[in-house]
Amino acid sequence: MPQVELPNVEPLLEQYEDRRINLIPILQDVQETYRYLPQEVLRKISKKLRVPLTEVYQVATFYRCFSLVPRGKHVIQVCLGTACHVRGAPRVLDRMLRDLKLAGPGTTGDFEFTVETVRCIGCCGLAPVARVDNSNTHPHLTQAKVGGLLKRYQDKAEAPNAAKPDEASHAKA
Amino acid sequence: MQKLKSPSEVNEMRLCLEAFETTRPCISVCAGSGCKASGAQNVLDSLHRELERRGLEGAIDIKSTGCHGFCEKGPVMIVWPEKVFYNGVSQSDAKDIVNSVTNGHKPVEKLLYKDPTTGQRVLHEHDVPFYARQQRILFGNNGKIDPKDIRDYIKVGGYSALARVLTNFSREQVVNSVKRAGLRGRGGAGFPTGTKWEALRKSKVRPRYIICNADEGDPGAFMDRSLLEGNPHSVIEGLIIGAYALEASEAYVYVRAEYPLAVEHLVVAINQAEKAGLLGDNILSSGLNFRIHLVEGAGAFVCGEETALIASIEGRVGEPHPRPPYPVQKGLWGKPTVINNVKTWASVPVIVNKGADWYASIGTERSKGTMVFSLVGKINNTGLVEVPMGITLRQMIYDIGGGIPKGKQLKAIQIGGPSGGCIPASMIDLPIDYEALTQAGSMMGSGGMVVMDEDTCMVDVARYFMEFLEEESCGKCFPCREGTQRLREILVRVSQGKGEESDLGLLDDAGWMIKETSLCGLGQTAPNPVLSTLRYFRDEYEAHIREKRCPAKVCRELIVYEIDPAICDGCHACVRVCTTEAVLGEKNKSHTIDSAKCIKCGACLEVCQPKAVLVH
Repeated sequence: MPQVELPNVEPLLEQYEDRRINLIPILQDVQETYRYLPQEVLRKISKKLRVPLTEVYQVATFYRCFSLVPRGKHVIQVCLGTACHVRGAPRVLDRMLRDLKLAGPGTTGDFEFTVETVRCIGCCGLAPVARVDNSNTHPHLTQAKVGGLLKRYQDKAEAPNAAKPDEASHAKA
Repeated sequence: MQKLKSPSEVNEMRLCLEAFETTRPCISVCAGSGCKASGAQNVLDSLHRELERRGLEGAIDIKSTGCHGFCEKGPVMIVWPEKVFYNGVSQSDAKDIVNSVTNGHKPVEKLLYKDPTTGQRVLHEHDVPFYARQQRILFGNNGKIDPKDIRDYIKVGGYSALARVLTNFSREQVVNSVKRAGLRGRGGAGFPTGTKWEALRKSKVRPRYIICNADEGDPGAFMDRSLLEGNPHSVIEGLIIGAYALEASEAYVYVRAEYPLAVEHLVVAINQAEKAGLLGDNILSSGLNFRIHLVEGAGAFVCGEETALIASIEGRVGEPHPRPPYPVQKGLWGKPTVINNVKTWASVPVIVNKGADWYASIGTERSKGTMVFSLVGKINNTGLVEVPMGITLRQMIYDIGGGIPKGKQLKAIQIGGPSGGCIPASMIDLPIDYEALTQAGSMMGSGGMVVMDEDTCMVDVARYFMEFLEEESCGKCFPCREGTQRLREILVRVSQGKGEESDLGLLDDAGWMIKETSLCGLGQTAPNPVLSTLRYFRDEYEAHIREKRCPAKVCRELIVYEIDPAICDGCHACVRVCTTEAVLGEKNKSHTIDSAKCIKCGACLEVCQPKAVLVH
């Protein structure tokens, strides 16, 4: 795990009133900012809201969108909804995991990608789909398209405009 | 927009907007999540560029709207006022589209919908078979309005129901209208909405809360998302009318975080409604004070259950509690609370405007109004469909859905998400209403309708749902937590060819036990996918157990890949995609598959053009 330097979380926390109802919104905000929930931050949240750390931890581990370990630069959500399932999503997922040398959903050793499965993102008409970084939805996936999809995000660091013109829409969508 | 100060000002505003309605052509592009994934944003950008290039910005309008429903053919658009419907549009078509508008609306032939049976091009949306059979009372405005502009909603009659209620309706009259209309909860269980509202009104405890359940967790369902994305004000208007009738001053809308666009549009809509004086203090000078808060879910299927959803809003883990007490007795923070689904709230303004009797005239004896289904899976026309209750599955699958792709046979229709069940093709003339579906071992659910063809293995489907439910079971009650695990284990065993004859009885017994003894709706309906497939597709289970054979050729442990040397042209495509070097053979000579190396991923089958890859 790389050494993650913890930026100052106070300004984020200060935006919220000290009310229990804000626990999940704060965790979501932290998750979005740091891509995971660092232990120190959970302690701070517990203190701020006066909610026992055990309960903060209980909430953080109950909901699917939270992660207690750092996630990769790009998060790929492979949809495993029913429509995607019957149209071949499990094979697409397997291929992606094989290509990234992952035994199961998780983060690659270089922290470039995190692959996770998601229960339907509501694009069932375009199944099977995957969404990258919570914004770019890739429709009608096949095993053959997996390599290209990964490459686009891998290449991004060196060539930001690498997306093909006909695919650029997904990057903006 | 200025602040509206009375109900009559809403109507004046509408008249004013109508008066300013120009005859300018308008290209309204679907920018829902589906069409965006198909490239709608690019289409919008290139249309804007084209108008700019030709100096036509003031002459032609471009509107970015919510979901039109026909996701399969996206990106789709309508050109007003001719109402020309284009599908499968790409950014390179912008020039042709603008040209056609400036040249007297001669339609762009290649972008018109092509009827697959007749080969004829269809000019208007309402003549496309997918739309022709629908009755879109909730979704009809999606193609007309920009969800980020409240004026568009007001122009099509939005907030006029609220104005009417605040002028002419007593609180009891609103509740009675909803009751008389026969509106039932659109979230799944179908509880009569008017009865729920009446129960809340009996409580003397204050404050009262109302909640909009937009935690659309059923995989394969996306109508709530589309309504919030495309017409958020219709839901807000329903909530305000509800707040008036139920004397609630605060509402919570609980939306899945997986729907970023819906969240974005809802935030904009709430802000605009506040600025317009439709939310806040003394709404339209009626004395009604009402605010809407938005809560984002955090990815837990069980939070669609009302008591779990309430726990989640309160900042706790989403664990349900036994009912009674029902939320109308003790809900959010222990106060009386009404929870209704997105479509239920959006139906309220329609009932007020068109009348309870009109609404009750649509549908069947006990299921009134329209229902929105997401028609997905192995079907030609995937998308969102709004139809009157009582329509048959045949009409849905063949008239609207255009049948099964590649000439395959229909096997089953899975309705109602993980809580629902699979209905076999033999029951295709079943009318769709709450009672008929429940009797058939399925349920209406939130309206997800996944079509399955001969290539879908029903044991695999049951296993899929059980994996889902095992993971999403909150773990509070024993029957659901342990039961879903055991069912999944048995199903995995069967799908691997390791099942035993006694497993069938075990699945049945355990299924009924979980159904009878679980705490909440999740557990009580969890065995449905297993029980319904056992009921209608027992032969498939038996084939897996007795013959160690998967009839649909899906279950990996029971299939073998082979290449037919007579068909293989040696194109090498399969060799290139195989990651385990299992496909052997030189180029231009027929290939073979080394079954010891083959991991049965099916990549070769996917790319083989001459269809030489066989599965046994």
